[in-house]
Amino acid sequence: MEEEKEKLSMAILSGDMDKIMGALIMATGAVAFDMEVTMFFTFWGLRAIQKKKHTGESFFGKMLSLLNPGGIDNLDPSKYAFGGLGRWMFKKMMKKHNVTPLHELLQNAIDMGVNIVPCQMSMDVMEIKKEDLIDGIGEPVGVGTFIAEASESQVTLFV
Amino acid sequence: MTEEELKNLKADKVIDARGTSCPGPLLAAKKSIAAVPVGGVLEVLSSDPGTNRDIPLWAKKMKYEHLGILEEPGYWRIFVKKTK
Repeated sequence: MEEEKEKLSMAILSGDMDKIMGALIMATGAVAFDMEVTMFFTFWGLRAIQKKKHTGESFFGKMLSLLNPGGIDNLDPSKYAFGGLGRWMFKKMMKKHNVTPLHELLQNAIDMGVNIVPCQMSMDVMEIKKEDLIDGIGEPVGVGTFIAEASESQVTLFV
Repeated sequence: MTEEELKNLKADKVIDARGTSCPGPLLAAKKSIAAVPVGGVLEVLSSDPGTNRDIPLWAKKMKYEHLGILEEPGYWRIFVKKTK
């Protein structure tokens, strides 16, 4: 009988470029270590797994998305965002140092079988629909799913 | 293994991950070891110095055997035996 795999559960609340980058590297690294990985994306984290740049239905929802657009290549770093300049600079520096771009890290994670699940409640609050999110991810879930996974995990991380 | 033994070792698969940073070489190793038969050897070419610490730890965790590292100009050759 095959032994049960070790698990890593991650709660991703941040939508900052640098934090998402770290999270994706740890997630794929864990798969290399033969672990089963679940990434639970909530609140700002949802921005990282949007395929649509702009979301929202109400005035506030649309405004929120204008100020904080989605898509992994549109995320700003947690420091020195400077209205997009920081993002541009980091992308240039990452390229210079042969670091895999973020959209490729995310695709790698999906291809390697990382289980990506969005939080239903945050989707409701931020007016993000399932169709606004990228393909290859799981159905929206609640906190129970995360806690159930986390309670069986050897490693849990909050980003 | 000694340096001399490593130099004479013929790997069953060589994966060139030079020019990629963390986690590139580790993911490349994970991906390509699937094609190595049990008892065979995987050789990872990496220009990322951090990988020299990462892959031995990975090999230990996966219960593979880390055979050693050869330094070449500008890169390293890391040898892992797929023991199971």
